[in-house]
Amino acid sequence: MIQLVPRQSASSFWQIATPLMAVLATMVAGGLLFAALGHDPLAAIRTIFWDPLFGPAASYSRPQLLVKAAPLILIASGLAIGFRAGIWNIGAEGQYIIGGITGAAVALAAYPAEGMWIFPAMVVAGAAGGWAWGMIPALLRNWFGASEILVSLMLVYVAQRVAAWMAFGPMKNPEGFGFPGSRNLQQYPAAANPELIAGTGAHWGVVAAAVAVLATWFLMSRHIRGFHIRAAGTAPRAARFAGVRPQALVAFCLGLSGALAGMAGLFEVAGPAGQITDKLGVGYGFTAIIVAFLGRLHPVGILLAGLLLALTYIGGELAQLTMQLPAASVQVFQGMLLFFLLGFDLLTRFQIRRRVTA
Amino acid sequence: MAAVFRAEGLGKTYPGVRANDDVSFAVQPGEIHALLGENGAGKSTLVKMIYGLVRPDNGRMFLEDAPHAPHDPRAARVAGVAMVFQHFSLFDALTVAENIALGMENPPPRRELAARITQVSHDFGLPLNPARRIVTLSAGERQRVEIIRCLLQEPRLLIMDEPTSVLTPQEAELLFATLRRLAGQGTSILYISHKLDEIRAHCDRATILRHGRVVDSCDPRAHSARELAAMMVGGEMRLIDRSGRQAGEVLLQVRDLSLPAPTAEGTALKSVNLTLRAGEILGIGGVAGNGQDELLAALSGELRSVPGSITLEGRDLSTEPPEPRRTAGLLSAPEDRLGHAAVPDFSLTENTLLTAGARKGLVRGGLIDHRAARRYAEDVIAGFDVRTPGPGTPARALSGGNLQKFVIGREVMQSPRVLVVNQPTWGVDAGAAAAVRQSLLDLARQGAGVIVISQDLDELLELSDRFCALNEGRLSEPVPTEGLTLDRIGLMLGGAHGMEEVRP
Repeated sequence: MIQLVPRQSASSFWQIATPLMAVLATMVAGGLLFAALGHDPLAAIRTIFWDPLFGPAASYSRPQLLVKAAPLILIASGLAIGFRAGIWNIGAEGQYIIGGITGAAVALAAYPAEGMWIFPAMVVAGAAGGWAWGMIPALLRNWFGASEILVSLMLVYVAQRVAAWMAFGPMKNPEGFGFPGSRNLQQYPAAANPELIAGTGAHWGVVAAAVAVLATWFLMSRHIRGFHIRAAGTAPRAARFAGVRPQALVAFCLGLSGALAGMAGLFEVAGPAGQITDKLGVGYGFTAIIVAFLGRLHPVGILLAGLLLALTYIGGELAQLTMQLPAASVQVFQGMLLFFLLGFDLLTRFQIRRRVTA
Repeated sequence: MAAVFRAEGLGKTYPGVRANDDVSFAVQPGEIHALLGENGAGKSTLVKMIYGLVRPDNGRMFLEDAPHAPHDPRAARVAGVAMVFQHFSLFDALTVAENIALGMENPPPRRELAARITQVSHDFGLPLNPARRIVTLSAGERQRVEIIRCLLQEPRLLIMDEPTSVLTPQEAELLFATLRRLAGQGTSILYISHKLDEIRAHCDRATILRHGRVVDSCDPRAHSARELAAMMVGGEMRLIDRSGRQAGEVLLQVRDLSLPAPTAEGTALKSVNLTLRAGEILGIGGVAGNGQDELLAALSGELRSVPGSITLEGRDLSTEPPEPRRTAGLLSAPEDRLGHAAVPDFSLTENTLLTAGARKGLVRGGLIDHRAARRYAEDVIAGFDVRTPGPGTPARALSGGNLQKFVIGREVMQSPRVLVVNQPTWGVDAGAAAAVRQSLLDLARQGAGVIVISQDLDELLELSDRFCALNEGRLSEPVPTEGLTLDRIGLMLGGAHGMEEVRP
């Protein structure tokens, strides 16, 4: 018989080992899945994890890594803070969409004016939009005790409908020959979020993600507020004793993660996506939840996990093109990653001992 | 006649506490036998061993002359021991009969069970309808469900853990009539309480426990409440060293502090008044759950009150959160060490940041000075003899006594103007308890005011200059501890229900 014995304190070895084990287990299980679908498992794994970086078309796909990782890292940095405090924002996808819309609204209102102020104003508006969308579940929880998990998740679908309405209605490009979608911001220099260094994929969102990693690291390990957030997550009564107001904490965490998600949405709309469409949300907000957990809710871990998940996006697309793997395989892959991670997580909190039964 | 139950030399040690030591006693057939003792005297541990919830470290037990060593409650029930707990384990949404069936090894068919429940409840004068849902029942009726569940097993020994603490006086009378009838039929009852009058009126024999040991065994009807209390508390009152302490100016003033119960299980505070002077220790006694946690939370700032209700040196702190109160000099240490006074997963260094950030300069402008926090943790560890590998050890790895020394030390070494502690030596070994008490005395000697909330009468008499009791959220008038008789203490503590009626 096997017995699980709780550890006195979480093992730091397993803290680092479990994400790596989860990645390996995902590769194995994914390989089995691809084999069952009739594909060469080794070739599929290589296409997903190796070719985007070093394969024949790597010069095209490598810049995509930063383009895809930036929103994941930016969003996950915010989510991780809430998760540390036990506040579960599952609706970053919605905050991302709303942030994209409010940010783009500034640009579309200013068009065709030129000025240095336009892009910064868009960033602020995007953050504000995401913050406001995140404050809805925060206030409902504080006022009525509504579950922020459900409310934030449901607001994702509201946000998607708002995006569709904007694309077909108020924000539709008047010079777009009736096609849905706003003006393309990439063709409006004052509002565009261009590639800063050619060939790297680095745009302002990458800069923001890097700043977010540093800032959240500073907050969580150097600032008393981060200490209070961590205390609230593991011992809420002790946190209240220390002086944490639970309601303020809910508003802070949901507001901050909403603002970062909104910013990520704006960088996407003004950059790689270019315009508001009804397909604005592509799942970054959900994948960021995996990134946050895979990165152990630690800023450096999130940085690495964000790059890895970006790789599965690009590699998955590549596998679709070259091997005709089904489009859903990327999502299955990402899902398995979270599944294995949560499963292996047991090892950080419990010791496995063999028990001799009489 | 042979004893129904006999214990010989029972002992049980928890880390840092000797809960039971060489406990021997016997319960005769048809006897209502009281186990009398203060909180923490070892009553609960003792009955848990009889009921198979805890295994004794040494000693033997006999049930009707057969060795009794149950390894779980089921084995104890099979042997003929039943127990009614202070806290009920009933499913609200189910009926009386369904709840009783759930607790039985081989429940009979529903109709038969309902008939038996009606029969037993009729025989023992415990009116109860088997078809009612638990959620509709009063506390007394719920207790009847538990009792009938026990009676259906036809036990030889029935253990009742403070059964009247949840009952109205009328319900209690009904319960005693039932117990009397049961005893008349030959069932023995082990009755745990610290209500002296109850025991004197209804019990045939009393075994008195103090600090885990049997100190006496007597016929409670032959003794006065005062004599019983003296046995329970420890006879002579100790001489209290009040040297070097003198009541000075008023530090803390609580005026007409009322708060609604913060949770469904909580207690409302009702118009609490108190005055604390510099150099003084005020002891607040009372049975747990009478507003102790709420009073501490109101003083620490976890609960806010109306303006003017709490002032420290003339400054109104009633609506301030915990941090400004600490800056002003009002510090506190809650009862629950793990999870309230300290974060279990955090290191001792990090746990200093919970309360000492401002006064010790560990946090400046929101930034944590980790090195200073570590130094302060080391100071507390050295100053209070906390046995631990180092300040990096997580709080949960410390024994209860060592963590308590750390928690008290963390507050005392911040030189508070007023320190409020709840159960400062609960579950702490004697050595650590003495160290904690000495530190509180020293703090008062240096001119601070100290409020000690405790259930340990010895401790309160040893430490405090004035004594008051907290009953159902009401605080009695303080009386000087010097010359305080045990009669008076018993009246203040045990008269919880009576006091309410006496007051206009």
